[in-house]
Amino acid sequence: MIRVVLPAHLRTLARVDGEVELDVAGQVTQRLVLDALEARYPMLCGTIRDRRTGQRRAFVRFFACEQDLSHEQPDTPLPDAVSSGAEPFLIVGAMAGG
Amino acid sequence: MSGVRVLVGTRKGAFVLKSDGKRERWDVSGPHFAGWEIYHLKGSPADPDRLYASQSTGWFGQLIQRSDDGGETWEPVGNEFGYEGTPGTHTWYDGTPHPWEFARVWHLEPSLNDPDTVYAGVEDAALFRSTNGGKEWQELSGLRGHDSAPSWAPGAGGMCLHSIILDPDQPGRMFAAISAAGVFRSDDEGQTWRPVNHGLKSEGIPDPDAEVGHCVHHIAMHPSRPSVLYMQKHWDVMRSGDSGESWQEVSGNLPTDFGFPIDIHAHEPDTVYVVPIKSDSQHFPPEGKLRVYRSRTGGNEWEPLTNGLPQSNCYVNVLRDAMAVDSLDSCGVYFGTTGGQVYVSADAGDSWAPIVRDLPAVLAVEVQTLS
Repeated sequence: MIRVVLPAHLRTLARVDGEVELDVAGQVTQRLVLDALEARYPMLCGTIRDRRTGQRRAFVRFFACEQDLSHEQPDTPLPDAVSSGAEPFLIVGAMAGG
Repeated sequence: MSGVRVLVGTRKGAFVLKSDGKRERWDVSGPHFAGWEIYHLKGSPADPDRLYASQSTGWFGQLIQRSDDGGETWEPVGNEFGYEGTPGTHTWYDGTPHPWEFARVWHLEPSLNDPDTVYAGVEDAALFRSTNGGKEWQELSGLRGHDSAPSWAPGAGGMCLHSIILDPDQPGRMFAAISAAGVFRSDDEGQTWRPVNHGLKSEGIPDPDAEVGHCVHHIAMHPSRPSVLYMQKHWDVMRSGDSGESWQEVSGNLPTDFGFPIDIHAHEPDTVYVVPIKSDSQHFPPEGKLRVYRSRTGGNEWEPLTNGLPQSNCYVNVLRDAMAVDSLDSCGVYFGTTGGQVYVSADAGDSWAPIVRDLPAVLAVEVQTLS
């Protein structure tokens, strides 16, 4: 079970409270987590990554285990603590705009 | 009983303002989509309960929201705006080629007849259409495919397609206005387009009367006389009597002919409203006095409307999509400001009152007249 924390605006959009729990089979990667998230909540498509290119939106960041994973390749395995559900995968709206 | 529903888009959400035909007491709901920029929202003329809203932020991009119950509840629909084919380039601020990049939806124009058909004007300038209630969007690429498109350049606010007008008399005829390219007309449901800017003169471009390159701020048409168009250009208020084939300046005695919105009285096609703004470097009313100007003669002769509007220390702006009219017997006129006020006049502009004073900066105002 993968735990995902969404930023407030996207929790409102997806109509969820608190963490989202997702089942991801096999080696857990950023791409597979986002695929599962968007499959469960299609209204999030395009809000985290570009719909066509799959590129992370510029003001969105991915954190886990006190690390910034934003610049990792989408198919890089996520930390074991995320794969096991011990730690959440954080999707964060970057601090920008003053 | 008749009434009105005013749809207000702001920098931090949408608000719905409702009143009966007297337009004195108002019910205010919102913010809907709190914290998001709502560039525009508009109701379907064919089904007043069907509303569309453009919701965006720099963080999470573009969403389109749809309501089927007059704004009580909303559902996100399609937000994939992909340019047709290889996007190519337009001209950047420094004159270099710049790839077409989608930024946001500036304007949503529902079909006159079909609640499921809606047009979207976007930045970088292009026109999209959905025929399934906003679920999917297809570019009407004939516009961006016009020979002049590589020369189009952004205005200060970005290269936006901000105005879409559907001709009620000639199915298939539509107008789109782009800042800073000008007005384009299609007579075949948006498949092919040609610029209709003859008569415009813009000193800010190398060739003042060029076919394309004018910073048109807004255009308006009266449904009873669709061959007549009015335009607020960056500078100059213009009128066309021949569906955009030629334009004549009608700025007349306005204190300044810079501004953004322009609209037309619901029952008097020669009665036009503008909000003069001091200049392109000072986006506020002259002398700190917020004045709507009305012409009852199709332009040239203008009178200031001040009753109920602040006449000192007022330095707000009124943006291009932030003025609208209702179609009650005594025509109501509405506008919103960057200071968060939404004003109503229930007597065609003779007197004004604020409906709300402290919203976030207002980006768009549309009105639905309800039976």
